[in-house]
This record gives sequence, C-alpha cells and structure tokens, in this order.
Amino acid sequence: MTTRAPAAAPGIEATSLQPRRHLLDLDDMGFAEITTILDSAEAMREVLHRSIKKVPSLRGKVVLTLFLEPSTRTRVSFEQAGKMLSADVINIGGSGSSAEKGESLLNTALTLQAMHADILIIRHEASGAPYFLARSLENTSVVNAGDGRHAHPTQALLDLLTMRDHLESLAGAKVVIVGDALHSRVVRSDIFGLVASGASVTLSGPPTMIPLDLLNPRGAPSLPGVAVEPDLDTAIVDADVVMALRIQKERQDAGMMPSLREYTRRWQINEDRMRLAKPGALIMHPGPMNEGVEITSSLAHGSAQIEEQVTNGVAVRMAVLYQLLQGSDGGSLT
Amino acid sequence: MARAKLVVYVTTSYHFGREVFLSQPEHSLMTAEDMRRVIGRIAHEVVERNHGAADVLLVGLQRRGVPLANRIAAAIASFERADVPVGALDINLYRDDLTSRPQPLVRPTRLPVPIEGRVAVLVDDVFFTGRTARAALNALMDLGRPTVVQLAVMVDRGHRELPIRPDYVGMNVPTSHDQEIQVRVSEFDEVDEVVLIEHERRVLV
Repeated sequence: MTTRAPAAAPGIEATSLQPRRHLLDLDDMGFAEITTILDSAEAMREVLHRSIKKVPSLRGKVVLTLFLEPSTRTRVSFEQAGKMLSADVINIGGSGSSAEKGESLLNTALTLQAMHADILIIRHEASGAPYFLARSLENTSVVNAGDGRHAHPTQALLDLLTMRDHLESLAGAKVVIVGDALHSRVVRSDIFGLVASGASVTLSGPPTMIPLDLLNPRGAPSLPGVAVEPDLDTAIVDADVVMALRIQKERQDAGMMPSLREYTRRWQINEDRMRLAKPGALIMHPGPMNEGVEITSSLAHGSAQIEEQVTNGVAVRMAVLYQLLQGSDGGSLT
Repeated sequence: MARAKLVVYVTTSYHFGREVFLSQPEHSLMTAEDMRRVIGRIAHEVVERNHGAADVLLVGLQRRGVPLANRIAAAIASFERADVPVGALDINLYRDDLTSRPQPLVRPTRLPVPIEGRVAVLVDDVFFTGRTARAALNALMDLGRPTVVQLAVMVDRGHRELPIRPDYVGMNVPTSHDQEIQVRVSEFDEVDEVVLIEHERRVLV
C-alpha cells in the first residue's frame, strides 16, 4: 500500500454514508442521506441562477434516459440536470426505439450498458422494472424515474425540498395527502421520505383509493407516522402541508368513487377547508390539475409554485446524479 | 511544540499483518493569539498590495476559508474604514478527483457583489498540492471576470503539484507526506489553533 494519509485527502469533508449505486425508492433511505441530497440540491440551485449554467463535475460521463411511458417534465428535468453537470445525455423514447420491435427490456438495457452508460434513468409502466435492471446491470447505476404504481423517488425528493423551503424543518410537520393515493407512485415515495424526515402523514379520500397496506380498519397505523382519515374536514385540522392528488375521471367508471360531484363535495381543497389548516399552510399538487375538481381554481392559481417546483426538480436531480457518481468506484448494490 | 498527546490506538486482528496508521502526537503551530496576529498581517498586506481595499472582494473557500475571509474583512474594517465584501465558494463540483473519494458535501456558493472588475482574494486554510486552488480558479471564472485573482492561505505546507503559489501566506511549514496540518476555527471546531499531526506508518505483526 502506498497510501499516505489515513482518511480522505485532508481538509475535505465527506459524508459518512455508504456510497449509493442505484436510486430506486426512498424506503431504504435514512434521514441523514435525505438531508445530504437536499443540502446539495440547495447548492445546485445556485448553479441554476448563474449566467453560465454549467459546472464540470460529470464531464465525460454518459447519462441515458429510457422513458418507456410518455413524460415531458421528468425527462426534460433529468436531461437538464445532466447537461448542467456537463454529462453527455442521450434520450431514448418508447416509440421509434427497438422496444417497439419487441426487444426485451433486459436486452435493451444490456445494449445500453455496453455503450458505457454510467447512469440509466428509466421510466416504465411495470412496477419493479428498475429493480430488475439494477440486479442485471453490473456497471451502470439505475435511477427510477417512475415505475408503475410503485415509486418515483426523485419527485418525492423534490416535494421534500419544496416543503423544507417553506417549513424550515420537516420534523413534526403534519402533511395531509388527499385523493387517489392508490394509483400514485409519487405518494408512496413521498410517504417514505416524509416519515424518515420525522413528519406525520395523514391520508384522506375515498377508502377505495387508499392503498390496502396503509388502510387498517382498526385505526392503528400500519406504518409508523402514517394515519388514514377518510373525513377530510377532520384530517385537515392543523395541517402544515395539504397535497391534492389528481383525480382521473375513469376511476368513476371503475366504481372507485360515487360521482365527481360527490368527490368534489367531500374531498375538494377549497378556501373553507384551508381555514381549518394552519395559517399559511402550503398547498401542493403534483399536476396536471383538474381545476374545480380536486382543487378550486382560485387556490390552484393563488398558490401555484410551478416555477419553484421546476427549479427544485432540476436541482434535486443534479444532486442525485452527483451523489450516484461519487460512489461509482466500488460502491455496493443499492 | 509544547503539547504532545497520544491519541487512540486500535489493534484488532483485522489489522494484523497490514500497514496501519496510528494517530501520533499533535504539535501546536499557532495559538488563537498567533492566528489573530497573522490575520491582521495578511489584512495589511492585501490593502498594501492593492493600494487600498476599494475593489477587493474576499472569497472564502468552503468550509474553513469562509470564517477566515470574514476575519480578514473585519481586520481591514478596523484600520482602513472600508467595508470589504465577503463571498463563499464551493469547489467540489470542480474537483479532478471525484470518483476516488467518498461523497464530498457540496455547500453553497454565494458572492454578495458581481465579480467583474474586482480584485478577488481567495482565502483558504492550507495550501498543499495546489489542486484546490486550481479548482477554485475554474469555479471563479465561471462566475464572471475578475480583474485580478490572488490567493491567501493560513499555512503553506509545501508539496506543490501545479504551477500555482499563494500571494499571502500566514506561515510556511515544510512537512512530510505522513504529516497533516489542521487549521481549527472556533466557528466549526470550538477553538482557534493550527496543529501539525504526525501520522506514523507502522506494520503490525
């Protein structure tokens, strides 16, 4: 051994975290790691406000986005994050790629790995697809950009950053999530991240739309820090954050809610209900919004943080790409 | 060289037959008083070299350079009646050794005034290989075009690997590679001092 200093180079602070190779969900992330990512995202935000929006830290790295489900915002956000860190970003969509010719996901991914991709960002309609790739690829880091109904970790990190900006600390905050949690991959990741950060989560909405593993008929929370309260007027009391989820009209045909009118009456976020929450409570919506259904038009426009969410989204994804490539020499799986 | 204390020994079977580092005595190089005087001298040198402090912008390198830059600004304010702006610069996104170390924390970069037309004085704790200064120069140039860039450090420990050298040096300390210099500041370390630590290499059998 020719090492000459006991730790890393002197004067450089490093986290004590194990280097992470893949980002698949937030369920294996502790408070320290979430805080590290959000702190570096805050530093990345400064880069976004420069006149020259580029830093060289991922120079020569190849980042591939493989989006097999339509998406504009998330893909552009990842692409912009990679480019601002000077990585070479290559985008592959579902149509026009060999996935359309029937090539299997694994073969597509192995081909991309052979092209020396350092990071593969994947969105797939099947829950678990990114996990399958993470197990199959030896040299490429996998980032889950949304898989089926399962997880969407970078969107959750961006929600956490937005909430932290407004609340200063997430510890002890009360977050109420209203609507179709069952079909939302963002909510599942949000819950893990919020609970790890010390916030409490209350899910509200038609019981048919609450995930079964979180709906406990005896009222005991199945995950510490998570409660279910179908009556929104009770759930919203003293909330620091109220998040309205998009209602898809086809859920009515599936028998999951009685009618749009009844949904609107019982679970719409409106001015009267917001008076029950804490003064100045933050209203969030993952978009796209059905104004007049899950949220009133006036609230939708009065509190829209679109610009802030877009900036935070790029900053969080820059932080994630940066952290993943730190551990690219000899990191452990997940 | 007054104080010398022996720090921890850990010998487990895991280390047998391998080279391990034993933390060895710590020698004091500067006390809090010494640091205050050195900062005062650097403050005077900065003002003297630049014929005043009007265009000076002090830029502390995250993390310990920032409090040092603040102290130099305070010293200049005490004798020059000039309010020198102080910024902070994080260079982790510009390092050339990214994947060879564990995750470094990225801290905020912020400059209170535009850097155009300024004399930017970079402030860091220890000057070693020059690679941090190299990264800092690149980071600074991405933020704008300063007229002049200068470098102030508390300790120059030798072993330059690049053609870069500091303009203002608190103390020159020739060191070996087994030694480490730590500049401690009360903002982060509860005490102001500069110490030299001997990391002796031994083979346990």
